[in-house]
Amino acid sequence: MELIRPDINVNFVAFRYKAFLISGFFILLGLAAFVWRGGLNLGVDFAGGTLIQVKFNKATNPEEIRGALKDLISQGAIQQVGASSDQEYLIRTDLNTPELQNLSQTVEEKLTAAYGEGNATVLRAEMVGPKVGHDLRQKALYAIYYAVLFISIYISGRFEFKWGISAVMVAVLIVGVYLLEALGINVTAVIIGALLVTLILCWVLKLPYAMGSLLSLIHDVLITAGIFILLDKEFTLEVLAALLTLIGFSLNDTIVVFDRIRETLRKGRNQNFHDVINASVNQTLSRTILTSGTVVMVVLCLFLFGGTVIHDFSFALLIGLISGTYSTIFVASPILIFFEDFHKKRPVRKRASSSS
Amino acid sequence: MKNLKWRAILVAAILLVGIVYLVPTFTPTLPPGWIGILPKDKIHLGLDLQGGMHLVLEVEANKAVENTVDRLAEELKERLREARVAFSKVARGKKYDIEVLMPDAQQQANLREIADKNFPVLKMAGSETTPEGMMVQLVMVETEVDHIRKLAIAQALETIRNRIDQFGVSEPDIRPEGEDRIMVQLPGIKDPQRALALIGKTALLEFKLVDEGVTPPETKEAKVPAGDKVYPMKHLDRTTGRTVESQIVLQDKTLMTGEYITDAKVSLDSQYNAPYVSLEFDPQGARIFERVTAANVKKRMAIVLDGAVYSAPVIQEKISGGRASITGSFSMEEARDLAIVLRAGALPAPVKILEQRTVGPALGQDSISKGILASLIGGLLVIAFMVVYYKFAGLVADFALAFNVLLVLSGMAAFGATLTLPGIAGIALIIGMAVDANVLIYERIREELRLGKTPKAALDAGYDKATLTIIDANVTTLIAAVVLFQFGTGPIRGFAVTLTIGLVANLFTAIVVTRVIFDYLMIQRHIKTLSI
Repeated sequence: MELIRPDINVNFVAFRYKAFLISGFFILLGLAAFVWRGGLNLGVDFAGGTLIQVKFNKATNPEEIRGALKDLISQGAIQQVGASSDQEYLIRTDLNTPELQNLSQTVEEKLTAAYGEGNATVLRAEMVGPKVGHDLRQKALYAIYYAVLFISIYISGRFEFKWGISAVMVAVLIVGVYLLEALGINVTAVIIGALLVTLILCWVLKLPYAMGSLLSLIHDVLITAGIFILLDKEFTLEVLAALLTLIGFSLNDTIVVFDRIRETLRKGRNQNFHDVINASVNQTLSRTILTSGTVVMVVLCLFLFGGTVIHDFSFALLIGLISGTYSTIFVASPILIFFEDFHKKRPVRKRASSSS
Repeated sequence: MKNLKWRAILVAAILLVGIVYLVPTFTPTLPPGWIGILPKDKIHLGLDLQGGMHLVLEVEANKAVENTVDRLAEELKERLREARVAFSKVARGKKYDIEVLMPDAQQQANLREIADKNFPVLKMAGSETTPEGMMVQLVMVETEVDHIRKLAIAQALETIRNRIDQFGVSEPDIRPEGEDRIMVQLPGIKDPQRALALIGKTALLEFKLVDEGVTPPETKEAKVPAGDKVYPMKHLDRTTGRTVESQIVLQDKTLMTGEYITDAKVSLDSQYNAPYVSLEFDPQGARIFERVTAANVKKRMAIVLDGAVYSAPVIQEKISGGRASITGSFSMEEARDLAIVLRAGALPAPVKILEQRTVGPALGQDSISKGILASLIGGLLVIAFMVVYYKFAGLVADFALAFNVLLVLSGMAAFGATLTLPGIAGIALIIGMAVDANVLIYERIREELRLGKTPKAALDAGYDKATLTIIDANVTTLIAAVVLFQFGTGPIRGFAVTLTIGLVANLFTAIVVTRVIFDYLMIQRHIKTLSI
């Protein structure tokens, strides 16, 4: 049985500008949402605060719950989580009380009073102090940074065989980040700066494969984060883990295509680069769709049947996987073309002037 | 041929080891003959699957240093009095220093001598003339400050561990985190409130004298005589059965603390059937107690716990033998918990709760069942798909998949890793990714077959070309998993661990195991065609 015809030959390369437009649209949408919502909706892990998850046996809604809790949670957010049939809600406040047990008990008592005996149960309660929240934010940023860094080294080494240069680049970046951090500059700014520098270095040092993979990764992260912001979903530690996982996963796909491109390039010299790219993407299309398909199938099961706690995690993975497949086909390889086109222009001009 | 035999043996051996490590998790007890041979490690369940409480405490080590400085100030006062050196005030200054106020500069040399001889950890920082007199500042040396801090944190860890041991939680996990934090995990705990009270209680027991001549002031601002302090007192009114709060004036000087307690037990008062805690002191404590009670017969001695007076009985006579009892308005549970903290010792410094998570057992159970259900459904879908799409080869891939999951689970049991809800999701992910490796190989084989190669040649070519790509792909996700392990906590770590083990196992099952099966069929059984 074959889902994708073996001799399929879609002209992906010609589609690349339109693809960039589509990607650009979604990324801009995410950025706009970021500005509109005023930043990421950080979970209690990162922002500090208290979170209480309650299960109701009757249908209800956030307004009713807030009414039942009145003065207790004056300034909190109440959100439904999971499937509509679960009737589970997350109550979130910025209260930083060491008396968490008391708070969660009081919440249960008040809700039981309002909804009836046994109709409201506190499933879990979490309190994170501001210090811990701050620490976790730092850790998260570094985790993203280091993941991207190590992956850059690996890609550069494997595909360009320029282990030396990439190692030097990474060393410079690590030292640079360390120094900037010691100077007390905002960590987020430093990391974004470092990413930009990495990209520029890839361009300058002629590491197109690394650059292509990095850009496709950043694309996936931005789109997933953007959708989260748009839907006002909480960005928790689990969501970060999902992001890091899909970074690794999206890279899988990209590597498979790059491998094929390299293999095809080795076969002969006089090949039109556009044709090579097209052929490689088409040849690996079957495998890309199948793999993503099976993982999406499994994650979808998690999303539908896995319960509320893992809901957001599977949602992030789902979006990331779809975006990852898209970026493999439409983003990673075209970047190589841009690079090649840009660097080819100069030699052409040289030849033209020398021959005259 | 030989190569195949060795590979087949390797696969069978690993399969066996995998099953063996998984047995303890699924059978409650091992049959008697096997206990010595088989490993006993089970898979640990994380808090999000078991229910329980997770705490991160911060030891306020600075307080410990301040307390020590206070104590040194008291001792210095005593020494100065003994040496008849004039002073108007000896107290802790702003940080870790003691300020001594003397009427003039004359006695400064004596002060220096006393300080040098008896207080090696203090050093003279300077002196200045103030309107009230000569103010000399003594500072605690840096090394001592560090030492006290480290000691406080280590002691706090031990004390909390002792308390939890006595509380009786199965498989508690208490470990230091960073420089001054302690992480506590209590899986399956039924009464988190009580555990929290037990852990956070400083439990500083002090014996002080009641200043009988003074009545507690009506308002807060009213002053008490020098050397006295007002303390709250809890008192059970036996007639009404209610706890009454009142105030009592005590001499601030602590005669003795609870550091000499060797044992604390709960007993019942024969008269009212009320629980009380009986204490036993070590020889040094017994001596001090004897001296204190002998010097203060007929006076009232207050027993102060964490700054609140529990009882203030009259000392009838000198008490030797090193025993005392604390009566008060306790419930049986309160008395038991009090005995636990007194036995385990006081915390050297207060602890602050930085992070607290409680997961109810209902949610834990729910999470397990839902997580496993989702993974099973996903897994079955994938298995069915592989058979439909790749026919017999799909079946082989499915076997490798099952083997992969087996290795992940037994690997976790072997390493004593913790399974969390994200970990279950990780296993689901592995199911999807394990298929990827096989898809890579099979698509390659199909390509080679289309080019006209024989099944055997196609098989070889497929595996050859795909292996490097599979390794690449697994390595990149592995990098992400390792980073997550480094920077993640709790449930995320569980995810990283399952992912890592799964990826490594995947390399084995997708490449080696499936190859062995195909080779066996092609070589030994001389199957000519490839059902793929």
